[in-house]
Amino acid sequence: MAEPELLVVEARRQAAAATTLEELGAVRTAVSGKRSPLVAARKALGGLEPEARREAGQALNAAKSAIDDILSAREAELAAAARAEKLAAERLDLTEVTDRPADGHLHVITQTWQDLEDVFVGMGYRVAEGPEIESEWYNFGALNFPLGHPARDMYDTLYVGYGEPGSTLLRTHTSPVQARVMENQEPPIYVVAPGRCFRQDTADATHMPVFHQIEGLVVDRNTSLGDLAGTIEAFTAAYFGPGFTSRLRPSYFPFTEPSAEFDIQRPDGTWLELGGCGMVHPNVFEACGIDPEQWQGFAFGFGIDRLALIRFGIDDLRELWTNDIRFLEQF
Amino acid sequence: MKVLLSWLRDFAPDIDGDPEDLSETLSNLGLAVEDLVHIGQSLEGIVVAEVLATRPHPDADRIQLVDVDAGDGEALQVCCGAFNMAVGDRVPLAVVGTTMPNGMEIARRKMRGQWSNGMLCSGAEIGMGDDHEGILILEQGLSLGVPLSEALGIHPDVLFDLEVNPNRPDAMSVMGVARDLAARLGVPFSVAAPKVGETGQSATDRASVSISALDLCGRFGVRVLDNVPSGPSPRWMANRLLAVGQRPINAVVDLSNYVMFELGQPNHTYDLDLVPGGELGVRMARSGEQMTTLDGVERTLTEADGVIVNRDDEAVGLAGVMGGASTEISVETRSVLLEAAWWDPMTIARTARRLGLRSEASARFERGADPDIIPMALDRFAELAAAIGSTTAPGMVDAAGNRPESITVRVRPPRVNSILGTDLSADEMASLLEPIGFACNSDSDGQDFDVTIPSWRLDSATEIDVIEEVGRLHGYSRIARTVPVTEQAGVLTSRQQDRRRIQALLTGMGITEAMPLPFLAPGDLARAGLGDDGITVTNPLVAEESIMRTSLRPGLLKAVAYNAARRTTGVSLFEIGRVNPGGGGDLPDEQEHLAVILAGQEATAATTLWRRLARHLAVANPGVVNAMVDGLHPGRSGQVLADGQPVGALGEIDPQVLDAYEIGERVAWLEVDLGALLDADRGLAPYRAPSRYPSSDVDLAFAVPDEVSADEIAATIAQAGGELLASVALFDVFRSDQLGEGRRSLAYTLRFEAADRTLNDAEVAAARQSCIEAVTTTHNATLRG
Repeated sequence: MAEPELLVVEARRQAAAATTLEELGAVRTAVSGKRSPLVAARKALGGLEPEARREAGQALNAAKSAIDDILSAREAELAAAARAEKLAAERLDLTEVTDRPADGHLHVITQTWQDLEDVFVGMGYRVAEGPEIESEWYNFGALNFPLGHPARDMYDTLYVGYGEPGSTLLRTHTSPVQARVMENQEPPIYVVAPGRCFRQDTADATHMPVFHQIEGLVVDRNTSLGDLAGTIEAFTAAYFGPGFTSRLRPSYFPFTEPSAEFDIQRPDGTWLELGGCGMVHPNVFEACGIDPEQWQGFAFGFGIDRLALIRFGIDDLRELWTNDIRFLEQF
Repeated sequence: MKVLLSWLRDFAPDIDGDPEDLSETLSNLGLAVEDLVHIGQSLEGIVVAEVLATRPHPDADRIQLVDVDAGDGEALQVCCGAFNMAVGDRVPLAVVGTTMPNGMEIARRKMRGQWSNGMLCSGAEIGMGDDHEGILILEQGLSLGVPLSEALGIHPDVLFDLEVNPNRPDAMSVMGVARDLAARLGVPFSVAAPKVGETGQSATDRASVSISALDLCGRFGVRVLDNVPSGPSPRWMANRLLAVGQRPINAVVDLSNYVMFELGQPNHTYDLDLVPGGELGVRMARSGEQMTTLDGVERTLTEADGVIVNRDDEAVGLAGVMGGASTEISVETRSVLLEAAWWDPMTIARTARRLGLRSEASARFERGADPDIIPMALDRFAELAAAIGSTTAPGMVDAAGNRPESITVRVRPPRVNSILGTDLSADEMASLLEPIGFACNSDSDGQDFDVTIPSWRLDSATEIDVIEEVGRLHGYSRIARTVPVTEQAGVLTSRQQDRRRIQALLTGMGITEAMPLPFLAPGDLARAGLGDDGITVTNPLVAEESIMRTSLRPGLLKAVAYNAARRTTGVSLFEIGRVNPGGGGDLPDEQEHLAVILAGQEATAATTLWRRLARHLAVANPGVVNAMVDGLHPGRSGQVLADGQPVGALGEIDPQVLDAYEIGERVAWLEVDLGALLDADRGLAPYRAPSRYPSSDVDLAFAVPDEVSADEIAATIAQAGGELLASVALFDVFRSDQLGEGRRSLAYTLRFEAADRTLNDAEVAAARQSCIEAVTTTHNATLRG
């Protein structure tokens, strides 16, 4: 009969020799299975004297325990190795990607437009809209441009063949929305009106026959030029960021008086001429059914396209309209 | 409007300071300075020289060698790129060591092997005129070697180029700009009355004016001058005119221009000998009447134009715009009939615009000239003319039409402060207004005051005009800035929010927003398979921009073609934009459309997109009905329904249209009327808690005639499945010989579940059976085994 210690030595040798979990399974059968010397030795215990049987039994139990430990330790080792091997086999270069799902982009005009809307919505304004094909009345008449007035020449207007000749046009500015809002809404009014406008212009790096503007209108009890200047300043800080300031310079627009141009000063001290503004002219209030003795207001407007160009570092307005995917996907 | 600092100082000698600061002050007065030029300072080192000889450069065609005498009698060789000078001419020479206005240093250097000892200058190079081409040829008689500034009487000066708004008639003159600037700077401003010595027969005996068009001509003043010189004007005057961009011509023309720039009053000179009896009249032109203007062009007039006529009723001038050729001053002219008139601004504006004749004169009359300045303008001309030998006949002819009336405006100080956001007293307001000629008088109760508008501010007529002047002179930058507070919550409308949701969905799906021009060329719509051309632009600059679109399709097709031509196929683009499909009331109907173009994809990609869009917007009962749509593939097109109403179309672009655009791939298309879609019934179905009990799936395949759409079968199943049917989804389609022509197999997975129990086999079987029966009986379909 084999000494129990020898059984342990043999089991350790065989377990170490097993290189796979399958081989280890065979070893387990060989060293602790039904036909193993260990089991045979335990069966043989019955033939011993009680005293010797107790001693031999204890030795065999110790051997059995040692062999189980050896087997499970080896099993853990082999399982870890197998897992490692499997993971190694599954190694992936994460930059090996062939499919390229397209990512959609909003147009730079839309991005700029929405940013501007968001600033004013944050200041409590609503967003108003109006038609792009507009009547002579809303584009000019209601805005204090009498028929035949030379100031109409400041706008190179495109007219359309609809209704009486000269009665219908492509709006030259977003200001007609002012008139429409005032006709349809009781003051107080706090709105901005972004939109598409048109001029008879030849396309070049700085001009397009189509462009976008945003218009602001406030009508309230005691709205003043100081309110206008403060609003422009608040907008400047909110949209352009800290360090940007604004100034107003007297100017002329038929629909506002006093009128002003407003400029933005960059932190480096340079100026950007941005847009026009002023106090709503009493004639405009009257044309829209608002009593100028009861209500006062200001309006301002500026181009969206140029802001988009500046913000994204684009040097030619025409690029906005090519729809070249190599342009659109950059933003 | 260009003004010289020295000229401004003729009216307000105390205007002083850094030109940059003055420039900012002018801008803050509403006279935006577009350009600021330092004149004369740059002439140091430039002297008068005489051309002694010219000869070709031995090794260069484009430059020649010029010997000049710069005053020391020595011949100095200079290389020169201009060829306009002749031996004996006097020319400006920048000597070695001079720094030119553009910063260039003049050094002795070799040009192609030949020494150049300085540089001959063009007018533009030394700030005299715009000529870059030739060397400036100076007048004979200038002493050689003398600094040019000394020889020409040019002194360092500053030129402001001002942008003058339409509401500033006064700022179209040096005097007016000086008045504004002096008021703002708080320095004295005065206009010296011209001194005129009169001699000979009275003007009223030698000339007469009759005005029959009284609304056109408010005032017509005439003086008669004799012994008018035919030579050049004095150098100082020519220098000023040159500086403000007016080329000197001769004494009479220069005087006329000088007075106009200085006082803002355009004026005209007639050769008195060519005006029979010195008689002039003013009337409206007759339709078709013709006259030849000073520029030699024969003009055909209308009844809306004003003319100045002679005794024989022949037009000798186009009122306020341009004089006539028949009475033009010449070297023979000895006596001049000098006219200064006031014309109706609107009439002049219309005539100038119609004839495309925007002159310095019309620009002033259009804004509204000062009717009161006329005698002074005539006198100023006479005074300046006398200095070069003219004599002036006593008196002036002063004919009157309907002059604009003097206006007095009641101004309420609280209103001024309320509009401006200021806290000025009435006295402070008056002290701002008085220096610019707005005379202020307190009314009886001492609260408000009356402001008499000066004759040079015809733009001002109401209280708000005066308020603007107070604000302008006070300074916009001195007004305290406040931000008005509204109780209104700033929110986007649901339409605006929906637009953003759509943009987010589509970009999230990998579709990029495009922005095609909204204009189309004639034929673009037909090329895209669409109907008649849309609304036309009546005055487009180019035909390509002459049609308004009725659909977003032509623009997006063009965008796909543009990218395909640059080797980018398979682009997916969308646009949200306005179209004018036809119809309308006071204005054409304007719709907002959403269109998506999916290049390289089949029609069903558009269906999938539409379903996602509809689900995203919670459109009630969205649908697709196979139907023919203009410009889309006849077998791959359909209508889009929202709550049963058509709101758009989808499918694939007709291959013929693709050929026309040279697009070589299939193109899926969706276009919806966004307004109709968003206004359709929308909203989520009532909430149902997810069932806690297991569901059962049943697959059913039917052989279905081609005329019946898969959606119709699904709808029938959905109806028949009743409450227990949780979902029905198409999962397989195929055709085979066995199924035969005109039929295909459609296989659906039906999921049944109940909220309160596990369905037993019998319940599922019954539901399945009712679905089968509904489909087979309604649609001529058969269940496949």
